[in-house]
Amino acid sequence: MSLYVVQFLAGLANAASLFLAASGLSLIFGVTRIVNFAHGAFYMLGAYMAFTLTRTLDGAVGFWAAILIAAAVVAVMGALLEMVLLRRIYQAPELFQLLATFGVTLMVEDIVLLVWGPEDLVGPRAPGLEGAILVMGRPLPTYDILLIALGPIVLLGLWLLMHRTRWGVLVRAATQDRDMVAALGVNQKWLFTGVFTLGIFLAALGGALQIPRTAVSHHMDLSIIVEVFVITVIGGLGSITGAFLAAILVSLLNAFGILIFPSISLVLIFLCMAVVLVIRPWGFLGKPVVAGHKSAGVTVRPWQPWSREARIGAAIVVAIAALLPFWLGTYGLFVGAEMMIAVIFAVSLQFLMSTGGLDSFGHAAYFGLGAYGAAMAVKWLGAPMEAALLIAPLTGLVGALVFGWFCVRLSGVYFAMLTLAFAQILWSIAFQWVPVTGGDNGILGVWPSGWASSPATYYWLTLAVAVFSVAALRMLVFSPFGYALRGVRDSTLRASAIGFSRQRVQYAAFAVAGAFAGLAGALFAFLKGSIFPDALSIPQSVDGLVMVLLGGIATVSGSVVGAIVYTAASIWLMSQTDLSRLVLGGLIVVLVVAFPKGIVGSISDLVGGPLFRRRGAGPAGREAAVAGSEGA
Amino acid sequence: MAEPLLRVESLSKAYGGVQAVKDVSFTLVPGEILALIGPNGAGKSTCFNMVNGQIEPSGGRIFIDGQDTAGMSPRQIWRLGVGRTFQVAAVFSSMTVRENVQMALLSHENRTNVFWRQARQMESGKADEILELIGMASHADRPCAEMAYGDVKRLELAIALANDPKLLLMDEPAAGMAPRERVELMALTGRIARERNIGVLFTEHDMDVVFAHADRLMVLNRGELIAEGDPEEVRHNPQVRATYLGEGLVYDQAKTKVTT
Repeated sequence: MSLYVVQFLAGLANAASLFLAASGLSLIFGVTRIVNFAHGAFYMLGAYMAFTLTRTLDGAVGFWAAILIAAAVVAVMGALLEMVLLRRIYQAPELFQLLATFGVTLMVEDIVLLVWGPEDLVGPRAPGLEGAILVMGRPLPTYDILLIALGPIVLLGLWLLMHRTRWGVLVRAATQDRDMVAALGVNQKWLFTGVFTLGIFLAALGGALQIPRTAVSHHMDLSIIVEVFVITVIGGLGSITGAFLAAILVSLLNAFGILIFPSISLVLIFLCMAVVLVIRPWGFLGKPVVAGHKSAGVTVRPWQPWSREARIGAAIVVAIAALLPFWLGTYGLFVGAEMMIAVIFAVSLQFLMSTGGLDSFGHAAYFGLGAYGAAMAVKWLGAPMEAALLIAPLTGLVGALVFGWFCVRLSGVYFAMLTLAFAQILWSIAFQWVPVTGGDNGILGVWPSGWASSPATYYWLTLAVAVFSVAALRMLVFSPFGYALRGVRDSTLRASAIGFSRQRVQYAAFAVAGAFAGLAGALFAFLKGSIFPDALSIPQSVDGLVMVLLGGIATVSGSVVGAIVYTAASIWLMSQTDLSRLVLGGLIVVLVVAFPKGIVGSISDLVGGPLFRRRGAGPAGREAAVAGSEGA
Repeated sequence: MAEPLLRVESLSKAYGGVQAVKDVSFTLVPGEILALIGPNGAGKSTCFNMVNGQIEPSGGRIFIDGQDTAGMSPRQIWRLGVGRTFQVAAVFSSMTVRENVQMALLSHENRTNVFWRQARQMESGKADEILELIGMASHADRPCAEMAYGDVKRLELAIALANDPKLLLMDEPAAGMAPRERVELMALTGRIARERNIGVLFTEHDMDVVFAHADRLMVLNRGELIAEGDPEEVRHNPQVRATYLGEGLVYDQAKTKVTT
């Protein structure tokens, strides 16, 4: 019994930091409608900053001053970020906002590495609160008691701020109707900056308060952001009280989950989230966010299947690719196969994003499921490569059917956060369930069958599968099903008025994308001969997103080009610099702000737009317009 | 008497304490054009969205062709033969005009679950026929995204006609169109409705359109049906006049004040 009481109290203490971070995220979303992916990065910065400051400032006063100063310094950085970057993307589609703030996360990771080094840092204990008190015979750190009290205090403080100050009233007004607040003469710019700064302050404070309890590490950002996403999904985006309740719930589940399923405690949170979403799709206290969902995949020029010329062009490109083994060496073919796998992964994601308007931030889940499915089939069942390559799309498919059932109930940012959370749960299972998945050591010895074991034949195999995947997905895009999917994306209202079910169509698309991603994952496992939890990680998902964005989000299969260019660039980058995340993060931000149409999108705009377009000039003019947009 | 095409019985909708629609009943027979008018906020669109299945009524019942539509979603109601246009036009903006109509046709034939054939080659002849009827044949290959709003509104009508509807629901079909286009669109709708024996329920703010084309009018005010009848009756109804022109109380009082 006493054990449960202490676990309960420890869970409550944990909730404080989670609540601080989640309330900041909710606050920012409520006013700016941006889901700030960089929130975790600022949480981490708060912790590092507090670590440094507590070393210079001594004593009880110094310690608490350091915590507050750290949060304030980080909040100022947040304000700068808001002014420099976010102001440019408030009107952009959600996908771009999420990606840009993720880019910032990547940059912060490398900056932290540069400034504070790779080692975990252990901060000081809070002066005067080093000890523990006995609760029913078991020790509970005094610092935890402080944290337990802090959550409700901050909640009360935020409530007073929002309800008793002029600024708070403006913030609440802006949460309901931004345009009206602007029309009443309130300077929106500063209101947004102010809210963002406050949100970041809360996140950084949450991070700083953790230093007496846990070591400061550069993995803090992603682990906290996933928990925060789960909390905001459960509590309801934009609701601070919802965040408070959900933070407590999640922390308690964590605390007791460790007692019940020590190795896969996250499953409990997943189950809880699933139940909440089925009963209340917008969380405890959230409201539906449907209005204003802008899809990134919309073009002015309707998509067209390839013309005969374009088909011939594509066939020539494939033929040249098929001849490459006669020139390339082993390493070149290895890179080539990697590119083909990236192509399959990227086009499967593009089908979901561009045609379906579903911005998945967790597509790695299905890639990883395919990879693990194939690897386990080899390892546990002794299956040959051929069988494993059939099993992999099935595991991807089944995963997508299970998770997709929940995901397609939501849309927009909720969809993105939920896909990410599911992927992260799979990642933690792969990481923690050592007897089955091998944990961090992965599964080794996943080699192709004899006939495919030479670099050239394996390259040909990946090329063939890639060509098949691109062709199959293109066919799907132009089939009645693909049109229905696009119709649901364009106008759910119209789609339901002519008999489409949004959820059913999107569910099917999610499953298809999952199956193809699984296929890519299996090829990846056989290429590397092994598989590690990385294949399920957030960076893997983001790689896919960047490939699609780079190729052109508004194209049918521009991600083919995006995948090849991105794979080549990242391999080259790795060989040139240790700060690849800094460069990649910067690249993402630049892409979103300055080059949102991507390579193929920009080219087909030039070809189909100002260069050749002769609108309404009879069949000849139409042909030209067709030739322009079909390249996409 | 035969079952009317649309029968609405004491329909109500409350949002919190606000009674948006109160106890509205009416019927509509095939081939009839029924206008639902009233000032802003009278509950017209709410009525519409309940018939269409987008909003669940808080009370009352709706029968389409004798079938109770309680609990049915918009897509199920569409399958009963109900075409719909929206107050703010909703079309698939990433497709061409013809493709928009093709989608409705394909859905009508339950062929959207086809994964291999090229959609643009399916039902294109039938789509062109409908576009011809609406007078949009020359626009068939144009992208929706670059069309004038008036043309988009006409396209909506074409889409609504694709499932051979028995009932057309048109929420402000002429809003945002040039005056001449409005008259043409409603004349066209009227002609098609009579030819094909389609019942039309529409709302409109343009009284010229309403009085020229409606067989019957219903006037809503604050959620209540205050008058019903042919255009002539409604035009002379004192309550309708009061609703639209005001009762003159304030004006009269002001005048009295000045004179005394």
